[in-house]
Amino acid sequence: MSALSALIRRDIRIALRVGGGALIGVLFFLTVTVLMPFAVGPDLALLSRLGPAILWLGALLASLLTLDRLFTADHEDGSLDLIVMSRTPLELACAAKALAHWIAAGLPLIIATPVLGLLLNLDGTATLAVAATLLAGTPALTFTGMIGAALAVTLHRGGLLLAVLVLPLSIPVLIFGVAASQAVISGPLPFGTPFSILCALSLASLVIGPFAAAASLRHGLD
Amino acid sequence: MRLSGRNLKCVRGGREVFSDLDLAATAGEALAVTGPNGAGKTSLLRVLAGLLVPAEGTVALEGGDAELSLPEQAHYLGHRDALKPALSVMENLSFWREFLGGETQDAGRCLAAVGLDHAAHLPAAYLSAGQRRRLSIARLLSVRRPVWLLDEPTSALDTAGQALFVALMRDHLAGGGLIVAATHLPLGIEARDLRMGAPA
Repeated sequence: MSALSALIRRDIRIALRVGGGALIGVLFFLTVTVLMPFAVGPDLALLSRLGPAILWLGALLASLLTLDRLFTADHEDGSLDLIVMSRTPLELACAAKALAHWIAAGLPLIIATPVLGLLLNLDGTATLAVAATLLAGTPALTFTGMIGAALAVTLHRGGLLLAVLVLPLSIPVLIFGVAASQAVISGPLPFGTPFSILCALSLASLVIGPFAAAASLRHGLD
Repeated sequence: MRLSGRNLKCVRGGREVFSDLDLAATAGEALAVTGPNGAGKTSLLRVLAGLLVPAEGTVALEGGDAELSLPEQAHYLGHRDALKPALSVMENLSFWREFLGGETQDAGRCLAAVGLDHAAHLPAAYLSAGQRRRLSIARLLSVRRPVWLLDEPTSALDTAGQALFVALMRDHLAGGGLIVAATHLPLGIEARDLRMGAPA
């Protein structure tokens, strides 16, 4: 256990230091959402209807932005070799790395959501709903994205490939995340149904992601 | 304890790197793998470390901890130093010490042993190539592993560093350890020679 917590603490520490990815993701999220009202125009009704979708798209792209470094950085400096050789099962190490990435890059997005909700004319309940769906859904983005990051590890400049591999997998998360938020804002669907499916998607990816990533890392190491 | 490889064959990118390779080393013994560039020294070490799957043949460690595999009982010191530039020297070492686990030694003492204690709080980004190598060597000391797989271990080290490393390898062998080192330079310790041929 101490091995996993050491790995999580190291990854969070690197992400928060200068040059780490955590701040870049939040800044990107901020930029995308701030630009939207300028592009769409000052129609408040339209903005609040688009709001959840914009926030979700911003969060999705922001988490992809930093995800491609999840394994490549460790691969380039040789750390991955030692992680593969270690006594910690590779599946658990992958899960720990994804968890650290989510804490460093995913949680700040959720914390920033209430502020950005103001810009999109979302009221308190709607912002809370979007934040709740992000909290339930972003782990799924990270853990499915990890599979793509593991596949792209041996490729130079695999960032684009990662996006191509991962975006189709994240469509269900996007659909149910936005649907649950819309249910709170405009109805008529109940919030619970899409939200439960979103939670289920996250839980399934928590299980599948580490195994798939570990398998592709074992294959890809050469 | 005895490390043995039988009938090993390694294929990289469709090209045969080596084949019919046998090796053996017992506790307290060092094996120096020599040969021209491209002969497959690094590939052999990576096969032993479990990072490459041999096309044929088997690797076995007898007399070690029966519950652990060979890679789990080995240290691998490769070309790349596995250091994070954003973390300090001490943070880098402490991380590997905690992550690799098992029988560990005090991190501060390991840094002192490789002559890096004065730089403990310096970010690893500012280390020279030789200092990075010294920090990697401190990793070998901080966690006890009976098998050391070393790839050009003394490259970038100054003469004092090389002498230091020779003494550390002697200690490791005297403590019942086992070393397989790929090298162009003489290792400086009693070692059996495993000569690898020219690339096919």
